[in-house]
Amino acid sequence: MGEATDTFYGVIRRQGITRRSFHKFCSLTAASFGLGPLAASTIANALETKPRVPVIWLHGLECTCCSESFIRSAHPLIKDALLSMISLDYDDTIMAAAGYQAEAILEETRARYKGKYVLAVEGNPPLNEAGMFCIDGGKPFVEKLRSMAEESMAIIAWGTCASWGCVQAAKPNPTGATPIDQVITNKPIIKVPGCPPIAEVMTGLVTFITTFGKLPELDRQGRPKMFYSERIHDKCYRRSHFDAGQFVEEWDDECARKGYCLYKMGCKGPTTYNACSAVRWNGGVSFPIQSGHGCLSCSEDGFWDKGSFYDRLTTIRQFGIEKNADQIGMAAAGAVGLTVAAHAAVTAVKRLTDKAHRAAHKSKPN
Amino acid sequence: MDKSPQRLAAVDSAQAGRGVGRGVTYVYEAPVRLWHWVNAAAILVLGVTGYLIGTGTPAMPGEASGNLLFGYIRFAHFSAGYVLSVGFLLRIYWALMGNSHAMQIFCVPLWRRCFWREVYHEIRWYAFVAVEPERHVGHNRLAQLAIFFMFTQTMTFMVVTGFALYGQGAGDDSWQYALFGWAFAIWPNSQDVHTWHHLGLWVIVTFAVVHIYVVIREDIMSRRSISSIISGERELRD
Repeated sequence: MGEATDTFYGVIRRQGITRRSFHKFCSLTAASFGLGPLAASTIANALETKPRVPVIWLHGLECTCCSESFIRSAHPLIKDALLSMISLDYDDTIMAAAGYQAEAILEETRARYKGKYVLAVEGNPPLNEAGMFCIDGGKPFVEKLRSMAEESMAIIAWGTCASWGCVQAAKPNPTGATPIDQVITNKPIIKVPGCPPIAEVMTGLVTFITTFGKLPELDRQGRPKMFYSERIHDKCYRRSHFDAGQFVEEWDDECARKGYCLYKMGCKGPTTYNACSAVRWNGGVSFPIQSGHGCLSCSEDGFWDKGSFYDRLTTIRQFGIEKNADQIGMAAAGAVGLTVAAHAAVTAVKRLTDKAHRAAHKSKPN
Repeated sequence: MDKSPQRLAAVDSAQAGRGVGRGVTYVYEAPVRLWHWVNAAAILVLGVTGYLIGTGTPAMPGEASGNLLFGYIRFAHFSAGYVLSVGFLLRIYWALMGNSHAMQIFCVPLWRRCFWREVYHEIRWYAFVAVEPERHVGHNRLAQLAIFFMFTQTMTFMVVTGFALYGQGAGDDSWQYALFGWAFAIWPNSQDVHTWHHLGLWVIVTFAVVHIYVVIREDIMSRRSISSIISGERELRD
């Protein structure tokens, strides 16, 4: 698949793109990263001199929504990302090759670009029954993942599946689906959670790695800071209604029509780190809250297991009943209150009888 | 809520003259009493505003720019949180510097056999089995146990989770996030931190209900509780 010395610029020119358009692209990318005016020429220089980074894209237990999102990227356009920026050597969903031919590429890349290729993983490996719940190319997916991870430069964990486990790892998790960072522990892993992640976040990350030849700064949980350092809530355009105390009470009430804050409808924006409220979706058209529905927190750990999507508190199952913290707390406080009242009553009765008893006792000798 | 500092100081200076003769002991020093009432006020504010933040307020009419109800509620919550936290730190300092009673809520001698005997007696007293309560100068052993596990621990937990959640809003470059962000290493999804923070509120509410009841009951039964957190003295009668 291509020469090792092939540069991005070479590929771009071969596809009939003018140098002028090439520089436009560089400026746009620099602007979308929020970099200074000189960065555009740095990006251009890098694309002209650096070899393209080979990317191997594996699919484990997943629904392909990450790929579906990825191919809808608008800035940069997916065709630019896919055909010009990276050398996507293997992606069984969208590649032309099939069968033995396709599998041969994996071995070839592994040997030829030792420690130089990026392994992008969509979905996660199930570990129960020796990984038999996900067979890929005749072998358990976990084996393929381990062997390809061994020689990779870094791993991108696409989506909530690869980052946290997502729906296939939701309780009771019969297949033992396990996030990538718990299977591969000796390689840098970039988590790009979201179900799916935002297209521009995906291509933006790929652009960053291929341009600068290094990984972006990651936060405490391994997510790129440039996209996951703030919550949906922090950049939400309905935030002013939150601060004002203006909340939607019912889905079809007057407040919903006025576009008030969805906090009381269980919006998880205040606990969700993602770029939806800044980058938005489908080329910046909208995002869930803008479309009138609360955030589901799809980019957070275990979001399927946190109870209702319309409740801001996690459901607690330890008591055998499904209750949230407020209900349990109120019940406990109520029970204790009743106990206290009963105790007070007994105390009062006992005190009265004691007094009567003592009075009777005192009056006797007189 | 609290007595004026001058008066507390006056009460303190008078301590030297008070004799052991009539069974009066100076238990709660001025900083402990001051902390107790400031802390009680902060908890009241935090509890009410915290509950409102958790459940949301009824919709305010008018423009968003003309209202800041939720903003004020959150401000009150955060301010009271700072007051409580600073107070808690000073209280820890006083536990080290003050008299032996100041240490009671931080250190429970669970390893001592006599401790458990006194707890047992106290349980019998509250179950109306024992006729006479344990004659204690500071907290009784059962109270000490409840304060340590329900109050001191919960308070520490609430301060940590509270600042961690505050750090989310302040940004991951804030000192709050740097100092308390490790809470999210335990619960990666901060929704869980919210949930535990809520449960903490109800532990405190439960504690407060029992605390207030027991104190009033004790005051009636033996006339020696409430006055001691005001004057600092505890009188052992009969």
